Amino acid sequence: MTTLAPPAVRVSESRATRAGGRSGALIWLTLPALLMFTAFGIVPLLGVLALSFTTWDKIGPIQPSGLTSWTAVLRDPDLPHALWVTFLIMGLSWLVQTPLSILIGVFLAAHKRYRGFLAVLYFVPLLFSSAAIAIMYKSLLDPNFGVGSGPGMGLLRQDWLGDSTLAVGVLVFIVSWQYIPFHSLIYQGAVRAIPTTMYEASLIDGAGRVRQFFSITLPQLRYTIVTSSTLMVVGSLTLFDLIYVLTAGGPGDATLTLALDMYKTGFQADLMGPASAIAVILVLVGLIMSQLLRRLGGRGDESQQEGM
Amino acid sequence: MYRLLRLNWIGGAFGWLWLLVVMLPIYWVVITSFKTQATYFITDTLAPPAEPTLDNYRTVVEAGFIRYFLNSVVVSAGAVIPAVTVAFMAAYAIVRGAGNRWLRSINSVFLLGLAIPLQAVVIPVYLIIIRLHMYDTLAAIILPSIAFAIPLSVLVLANFIRDVPRELFESMRVDGATEWGTLWRLAFPLTRPALVTVTIYNALTIWNGFILPLVLTQTPDQRTMPLALWTYQGEFGINFPAIAASVTLTTIPIIVAYAIGRRQLLSGLTAGFGK
Repeated sequence: MTTLAPPAVRVSESRATRAGGRSGALIWLTLPALLMFTAFGIVPLLGVLALSFTTWDKIGPIQPSGLTSWTAVLRDPDLPHALWVTFLIMGLSWLVQTPLSILIGVFLAAHKRYRGFLAVLYFVPLLFSSAAIAIMYKSLLDPNFGVGSGPGMGLLRQDWLGDSTLAVGVLVFIVSWQYIPFHSLIYQGAVRAIPTTMYEASLIDGAGRVRQFFSITLPQLRYTIVTSSTLMVVGSLTLFDLIYVLTAGGPGDATLTLALDMYKTGFQADLMGPASAIAVILVLVGLIMSQLLRRLGGRGDESQQEGM
Repeated sequence: MYRLLRLNWIGGAFGWLWLLVVMLPIYWVVITSFKTQATYFITDTLAPPAEPTLDNYRTVVEAGFIRYFLNSVVVSAGAVIPAVTVAFMAAYAIVRGAGNRWLRSINSVFLLGLAIPLQAVVIPVYLIIIRLHMYDTLAAIILPSIAFAIPLSVLVLANFIRDVPRELFESMRVDGATEWGTLWRLAFPLTRPALVTVTIYNALTIWNGFILPLVLTQTPDQRTMPLALWTYQGEFGINFPAIAASVTLTTIPIIVAYAIGRRQLLSGLTAGFGK
């Protein structure tokens, strides 16, 4: 949940003209926020682009080096691999999270007491830090001493994090465990906003629950699906803590994503130039993905927020 | 009718099954934290301890837990209070001065901020902190945390301030109130629920933050809880009960806060973010 796609917020023009002469005082009110955000948000964003054309080892001076860092990164076979892993985890976690979140959201949307109680408990994984979740699962899945070592748990006894394929699957499961609660909450709100008259009308036409779900609920959730997917996709690009603590990119480099590659290149191998180039790629992929999803949603520049 | 009932039953079963998926790892962590290392290896992993012990909690507390806890409190409060305050002022100005060219550009800057991933800018942030001679201090974590809490806070708060009837602002103005007065005496009380939601949300994000403390601090004295957890894991090795106790102990404060602010947070998330 670290990032959100930029939703375009529109302000009505009629109100605009009224504001007229008092704007001076109002601009002052934005300055503290603007200064803070510029210093530690905008400047670093430009800074990372600038640093990608330099060489810096964290201790010595920063030296301009033209395209050296970029050619090094683009020629490195690690980059396509990290891109592939990033997209694999992104795609798989979308496939797992979206249908489950919709189903749970629809389930929670009904006004029943025990479902309200469930909604409260469903939210709990979001309270844990990613570090705590990673450590919890790491111990739980330990092949020798974890849950699989108990009597009758033979099926669970696997080297979950030591096998490349299994590790990716486990990671997707944990990401889903952590974030389905958030997305199902968004869907719950959206389902409650669907006019009940639509269901009443379909009931007269003799539509059953399944039919109602596919003919009314899903189409009505269209924009919510776009919003939720954007959050999932951009969110999975920035997944760092969980993977870093759980597998540190391993085994081998089976779970080495772009964000992790950037951290390792910069802060462990002390190659800040190439790491900055990877960071720029990370920003670009994020922007492209969120624009693409926006187009897919078919609403152009309109507010995405309405769909939530 | 029979068919409808049956589907409802399936939905209910699925709902409880999902609860099991959500709760099982948490249950495991909590019961394990009360076991001794010796009994942990010989008893059924999912069975509760026959003789619960608090030893693991003592181990964690002795390994500096209180210090890390206080660091997290300082970082969270030190970042959230200023972030929400300046975001509230900015949101007010953006809503009240809608149409002004400058304010519109400033709003776009904040919206752009929603798309900047923290990880992507962590290298320049590191450089800035070094140059400011703030490396390995809590302030080094606080400053970027404030910056990255601002965009979403401005967005959510602006959406709420927009709902305040314009007539109220106009009548304050007729009475001769300044923007500053209107901001605090009218907009502030009316948007309090949104302020609470934004505060809780930011506090949760910053409390759980990992990459900033990882990159910007070095000594154990400046560790926050998520980072402390990570180091506990190394210290305790395969002493899983101690690791489980550290996970439980670091999560208890958030669970308590959730128990208190649950209604506000859940309704704020479904309504506030959905505006």
